[in-house]
Amino acid sequence: MTPRLTADNLTLIRGERCLFEGLGFALNSGEMLLLEGRNGCGKTSLMRAIAGMLSLETGQIFWNDVPVLKQRQTFHGALVWLAHRTGLKGDLNMVENLQFEKSLRPQSDRDPQEVFERLGIERLRRLPLRSLSAGQQRRVALARMLLADVPLWLMDEPFTNLDREGRRLVMQLVEEHLAAGGMCVMAAHQDVEINAPVTKIRMQ
Amino acid sequence: MNEPVAQQPGIFSGLWATARRDLLLAWKRPGDVLNPLFFFAMVCTLFPLAVGPSAAQLEFSGPGVLWVAALLATLLSLNSLFLGDFEDGSLDQLLVSPQPLPVLALGKTLAHWLTSGLPLVLVSPVLAMTYRMPWSVVPVMMLTLVLGTISLSLLGSIGAALTVGLHRGTALLSLLILPLAMPVLLLGANTVSLAAGNDIYTTGIWALGAYAVASLSLAPYATAAALRISNE
Repeated sequence: MTPRLTADNLTLIRGERCLFEGLGFALNSGEMLLLEGRNGCGKTSLMRAIAGMLSLETGQIFWNDVPVLKQRQTFHGALVWLAHRTGLKGDLNMVENLQFEKSLRPQSDRDPQEVFERLGIERLRRLPLRSLSAGQQRRVALARMLLADVPLWLMDEPFTNLDREGRRLVMQLVEEHLAAGGMCVMAAHQDVEINAPVTKIRMQ
Repeated sequence: MNEPVAQQPGIFSGLWATARRDLLLAWKRPGDVLNPLFFFAMVCTLFPLAVGPSAAQLEFSGPGVLWVAALLATLLSLNSLFLGDFEDGSLDQLLVSPQPLPVLALGKTLAHWLTSGLPLVLVSPVLAMTYRMPWSVVPVMMLTLVLGTISLSLLGSIGAALTVGLHRGTALLSLLILPLAMPVLLLGANTVSLAAGNDIYTTGIWALGAYAVASLSLAPYATAAALRISNE
């Protein structure tokens, strides 16, 4: 069975503001969902709702046609989340950080060495992350994502702190992931050029 | 990638991984571990200086002072239990991990006990000497502290999880935890006093043990629920 992420009639109210109402989408294997909109329009909130961390006013999110909240562990085993804050420990080095992740999620059979070389971080292995630049830390977070064996990538502003070459690399990685049958939900305010079926949601 | 059954790591791997990571972090920043320990040692050594060296008075107040200091030192260390993870986004990563959240919370609590509760227990015999505690009572005191600090770490993790999103949540955390921690303090201090007075003290040990087991079986679930709520 190919994986499938769908949502129906999502409404989220934070405080007095309605961030989105009656929002729905369907995302199949090999497709990407792009969330666009200005700062503070609810992209991250929608992302958190998809990850099952926010409760919605109305609507539900389905993974393979089963509500996400009824199979939280299965769903979380099928995704990685590249959040705005990397979730990596500054006091630990790259290897120690990735080691932790390895104990939580199924890992792909990619060779870690190749992944590090491709991201240009192979020489930073032994350094504590706090001594790395913000862009390098983001590359380590990308390595964590590449090493996990999951179909769904949730990427919240993946281009933050990356140089031009890094941005191109991210788009390339997403393209490869989609070509291999994966899926991706991305929130971005830059232009994203990806050669794959993209559904855009423009948030107000 | 489309294989339906990917090899999921077992639940114990999540428990050990969180505990191991927190121990590694504590190793790299020993200050966080030593602060509560210094606090404990300072309260216990300053008290005899302030009330005077009368043997009878020290023997009488020793168990109480040691226990109050242990309770406050534990409360002091609890605030940082989830704070670091909250600030760098690791907490979000734990919440979206495929491992059961109560198990991960238990892993963190285990590391917290090993770096805060256990050191208190280990230095307590030295401090007990200041209060002229008989050597026969010292093992009893250590046992009450072991059982008591386990309960305090577990119960405290609920409070720490509830207050993690709040700035300066320490006062609130203490208020939330104190009612649950009171039985531990009363049982602990009185058991040691009874043992010092050559009275029967085993009931207290059993009760502390029961409290620790009850905390162990309930607190991880409450902590997990609290983490989800405070991260909405």
